[in-house]
Amino acid sequence: MNQLNAILALAIRDLTKLFRDKPRIIVSLIFPVIFIGALGGSLDANLSELAGYNLLVFVFTGVLAQTMFQSTASGIISLIEDRENDFSQEIFVSPISRYSIIVGKIIGETLVSLVQGFGVVVLGLLIGVPLSLVILGKLFVVSLIACLAGGAFGVIVMANLSSQRTANQIFPLLIFPQFVLAGVFNPIKNLPWYLDILSRISPMRYAVDLVRGVYYWGDPVYDKVVIASPLFNLAVIGIFFAVFLVLGTFLFVRNERNR
Amino acid sequence: MEPIIHVENLIKRYNKAKESAVNGVSFDVRDGEFFTFLGPNGAGKTTTISILTTTLSKSSGKVEVLGKDIEKDASYIRQNLGIIFQKPSLDENLTAEENIRFHAILYNLYTFSPTYGLMPKAYKDRVMNLAELLGIQKEMFNPIKSFSGGMKRKLEIIRSLMHDPKILFLDEPTTGLDPVSRNNLWDYLQEVRQNAKTTIFLTTHYLEEAEGSDVVCIINNGKIMMQGMPREIKNQLVSPHLVFESKERERLSEELKVKGYRFQEKDGKFIVEFGDRRGQEIIKSIDTPIHRIDINNPTLEEAYVKLVEGGGETG
Repeated sequence: MNQLNAILALAIRDLTKLFRDKPRIIVSLIFPVIFIGALGGSLDANLSELAGYNLLVFVFTGVLAQTMFQSTASGIISLIEDRENDFSQEIFVSPISRYSIIVGKIIGETLVSLVQGFGVVVLGLLIGVPLSLVILGKLFVVSLIACLAGGAFGVIVMANLSSQRTANQIFPLLIFPQFVLAGVFNPIKNLPWYLDILSRISPMRYAVDLVRGVYYWGDPVYDKVVIASPLFNLAVIGIFFAVFLVLGTFLFVRNERNR
Repeated sequence: MEPIIHVENLIKRYNKAKESAVNGVSFDVRDGEFFTFLGPNGAGKTTTISILTTTLSKSSGKVEVLGKDIEKDASYIRQNLGIIFQKPSLDENLTAEENIRFHAILYNLYTFSPTYGLMPKAYKDRVMNLAELLGIQKEMFNPIKSFSGGMKRKLEIIRSLMHDPKILFLDEPTTGLDPVSRNNLWDYLQEVRQNAKTTIFLTTHYLEEAEGSDVVCIINNGKIMMQGMPREIKNQLVSPHLVFESKERERLSEELKVKGYRFQEKDGKFIVEFGDRRGQEIIKSIDTPIHRIDINNPTLEEAYVKLVEGGGETG
């Protein structure tokens, strides 16, 4: 009971902090605006006919998944960034179990990401991405899953990075290539074999494809856009979620004390 | 009575470090004691605190806190400790009340509610009492950002006392505070100590902060150099003496010898130790004409600096 209570408190804290920090909400929408508005818009105007489907919608779904995944992952990484500053010190000396800290952090950062996801969806509506209520409901569910996937990815990365400095240097190297390998803006149906391998080991790929699988379900272009069935993607995410979370938490807890 | 903290031959070597940060430290802290770790930066103070508060593993040695092993009963121990860190540990984006509320939840004092209004009455009463104590009833719901450094420190102390810890750790709590805030904080801490009877474990590099404690441990380069009551330490470190100058040096030297004083002659000056006599007694007993007398009573500060610097050479 106590642990649940603490998990809830940790999660709500993250959300409270987000709402207090208004510039952060705006900054978090800058990349989606650039990606969807500028990149999606230009791809759409020049290449949609060639591709045979609307690239603006394609980029929108990709960026939605990517934003959820990345925002949660970097939120988790911030746990090491500030474990020697501000409130995190306080969290680590409290009687709460380290496992609860990680679970609370994942839930908190997921909530934060969903708020940002809401911004992305509003942006989509503004530029005319077709979004019915049913689709929005489905997107909410898969966005949540994309967040959890990103959270687990964050945990395994964090467990292997010792300091804020290495985190700041390494994390972008691990996340940016995935934009391309996961096909956030670019179709990855056909890839040279070496890129195909890299793509398949990019966790973000499965989150992006899951969101598209659900969005394009029943659409005539489904086969052109989506790589694998939502069930397959869900299964892959489920497996790496479990492995990353358990292994990552174990390593993190061990490395925390054994410095 | 069993000590509340028992440390025996504690060694901590960080991964990839060549030398141990804490190198064979032993000490006991008794219930209700005000215990001070005094030493320069890098002496191993924070490392020791981190181990005692179970956030850092030791390399070897025996450490018991509240009669429990720090490895096996970490959660129990953490529940019963309060800690003030060297760096501020308040959440700047939250209000003072929210900072306290999150703390209370983490220590399982109350069930979580997302707003102050929904928290139980017992909690609200407590928070209001604390606010009154600090004189910040109005500011309680303002973000921490607007607080002064001294105010933040006090809030941290209040927060750390919410769960009635048996031991309060303070890791250089006055770092970065101006002298006035520092004094205020100090008075407040003494008050807390008298009211709550909490055992206090303080680390500091300010000598004057150590003087008010029951036991002082001087630590340098990961080793304890001296340990005892501040008065004892002072006696060991500092020996007051008289300095005489006379034109009749040989006569003075002879007289001092005859009267059995311990002295040395240096650059024509006679340095005479008090021993168990008072300075005035010594002066009165000398018949040789003296043209200059100095009484030298080195400050503890000087003695401490000498000790720590000496340790730097040998260690």
